[in-house]
Amino acid sequence: MPRLPAAMRTTAARLTALYLLLFAIGAAFLVYYMTGLSVRMLVTQTRQTINEEVQGLSRAYQRGGLPLLVRVIELRARQPGANLYLIADPNGRILSGNVASLDPGVLDTSGWTERPFSYTRYGEQTAGGGEPYEDGHEATALVFRLPNQMIVLVGRDLGEPERFRDVVRRALVVAFGIMGLAAFLIWFFVGRRALKRIDAVSEASRRIMGGDLSGRLPISGAGDEFDRLSQNLNAMLDRIAALNEGLRQVSDNLAHDLKTPLTRLRNRAEAALAGRPKTAEYRAALERTIAESDQLIRTFNAILMISRLEAGNSSEATTAVDLKAIVEDVVELYEPAAEEMGVALEARVREPVVIEGNRELIGQALSNVVDNAIKYTAGHAQEAKVTVSLEADGDGPRLVVEDNGPGIPEEDRQRVTERFVRLEASRSQPGSGLGLSLVSAVMKYHGGRLELSGRDPGLAVAMKFPPGKDG
Amino acid sequence: MLTAPAETADFGYNGAMKILVIEDDREAGEYLKKAFAEAGHTADIASDGEMGFALAESGNYDVFVVDRMLPRRDGLSVIAELRAKGNETPALVLSALGEVDDRVTGLRAGGDDYLTKPYAFSELLARVEVLTRRSASKDVETVYRAGDLELDRLSHVVRRAGREIVLQPREFRLLEYLMRHAGQVVTRTMLLENVWDYHFDPQTNVIDVHVSRLRGKIEKGFDKPVLHTIRGAGYMLKAD
Repeated sequence: MPRLPAAMRTTAARLTALYLLLFAIGAAFLVYYMTGLSVRMLVTQTRQTINEEVQGLSRAYQRGGLPLLVRVIELRARQPGANLYLIADPNGRILSGNVASLDPGVLDTSGWTERPFSYTRYGEQTAGGGEPYEDGHEATALVFRLPNQMIVLVGRDLGEPERFRDVVRRALVVAFGIMGLAAFLIWFFVGRRALKRIDAVSEASRRIMGGDLSGRLPISGAGDEFDRLSQNLNAMLDRIAALNEGLRQVSDNLAHDLKTPLTRLRNRAEAALAGRPKTAEYRAALERTIAESDQLIRTFNAILMISRLEAGNSSEATTAVDLKAIVEDVVELYEPAAEEMGVALEARVREPVVIEGNRELIGQALSNVVDNAIKYTAGHAQEAKVTVSLEADGDGPRLVVEDNGPGIPEEDRQRVTERFVRLEASRSQPGSGLGLSLVSAVMKYHGGRLELSGRDPGLAVAMKFPPGKDG
Repeated sequence: MLTAPAETADFGYNGAMKILVIEDDREAGEYLKKAFAEAGHTADIASDGEMGFALAESGNYDVFVVDRMLPRRDGLSVIAELRAKGNETPALVLSALGEVDDRVTGLRAGGDDYLTKPYAFSELLARVEVLTRRSASKDVETVYRAGDLELDRLSHVVRRAGREIVLQPREFRLLEYLMRHAGQVVTRTMLLENVWDYHFDPQTNVIDVHVSRLRGKIEKGFDKPVLHTIRGAGYMLKAD
């Protein structure tokens, strides 16, 4: 296909051309149909006139026979704009009337002529025997025979329908001209306008792709579909920007959180080599190195897990799990460690609560929360206490871990669930700063959420699961 | 009663293993070979799935360590085909994927254990040693013995030198697992997996506290320690 000029390759031009074509076909069909109908009507009218003529003539024939008929015909034939009259002998020789010649075979018909035929009148015949019918006069006629086999033809020129056809044809040409012009104007004003806005959107997208990630698509304020498109694309860009920012922050934090222990690791190894260390010192240094590497691996695994859960395409399967059993497992697991740290860890559970979930993930999340609670409560309160309770009501089941530790200031509570956020007070404690964000990711994965609230004194961490299907 | 005599086949055994490592990363492969050698074992390295399968079929190995993602043929299909051909050599799957489902898939393909990268070599070594020494007789034994310590799996009674020791249910299961793998290093994650049935990494020293409580009960009032801490690795139950 040959390339169209640029202006024709636009959607607007194509649509305009398509509409033009469809309208043209529709108009042509309409005109054709109307013309056919009108012509048929005119023909019917013509035939009616002829019928009336024939009735008059037949009355004359009855009254005065052939001579009177001939006289009446000749009288009528001479009037201006008269009908066509013709009397011929049985062989087709013209005896009387105003028809000089006509298509052969017309006189052989009996009744209405099937098709319009050409003819010439007296005084119209062209000189020199050239084409006699170049005027193209056409007529329709009624042909019949008298009892003595004489042929009588009464006809009428079809000039009127022909003229009508001409008028219609001319009208059609004019109409097509106007339609073409209208199409061009539509393309120019409407199409070009739409085109300009699309071009603006393309231009803005190109700029954004080119690196200006803060750029947004223009919004005209008209509130039309272009604006809606731009708004949606802008919302998408905002989302991408937010994700991008999140990713950047994570990689910054990751770099920081991995860099610090890596540097420490390196420095320790270097320090261990300095001087003349004894075997035991080497050994201690290497053991510390291993311990630090383990912590690094832990941090790394936590980051991976959070990313996977947050990406939402995790393949972790869910089954029916009993939250009560998980609480009992975790409390049982942590109880000796808590006791050693002087913290009373207690489970408050009653009925089993079965939800659709992943036992491993919930178990890990709960143990993170319990681990935190024990760590921060230990040595803080006189009678340090951590309670894990399982509550279930209309709002869905929730695991609540309460402690009487220092708590978290209200303004920091939301922040601590973000990745790598560690409050200054906790810097001295071991940990990756990923514990609560992992819990938060696990809760989101289960369609629930993590909520922190204050106790006096202490903190309550609630892992809220969505209500089950049966309420 | 089907009780194996202690101190003979199961305890105190420290035999060298022949290990096939199917791992495409050359450096990691070399490191494993060296590390296994230092632990007294010999390891062959196959750098892709096809080569690994061929070696596994021909060689006489005690255990396979198979990376999941391998060139030419993935690790799980290698194990699955070996199993289909009747090769029951224990296999440990190494994977960069660590989700619970991946573990299930790995075990379903015929793997006997699953370890997520990055891992500590001590963890891998402990698991490989446990795998090779996994004996069917341990499943049917009703009484485990280590020195003068004895655990009756049916009546849930633990005795040391004839004296009964009262344990909590979890402590009993902990001791049962340790005694089942007496003479072998058992890591903290292995304990969490097998005694508590959770596969995550215990953040703090929770397992250590459980072990020391248990130790208190089975060693208090006796001369000889039986539950040893292996630094940087885990624990080992062993009676000299």
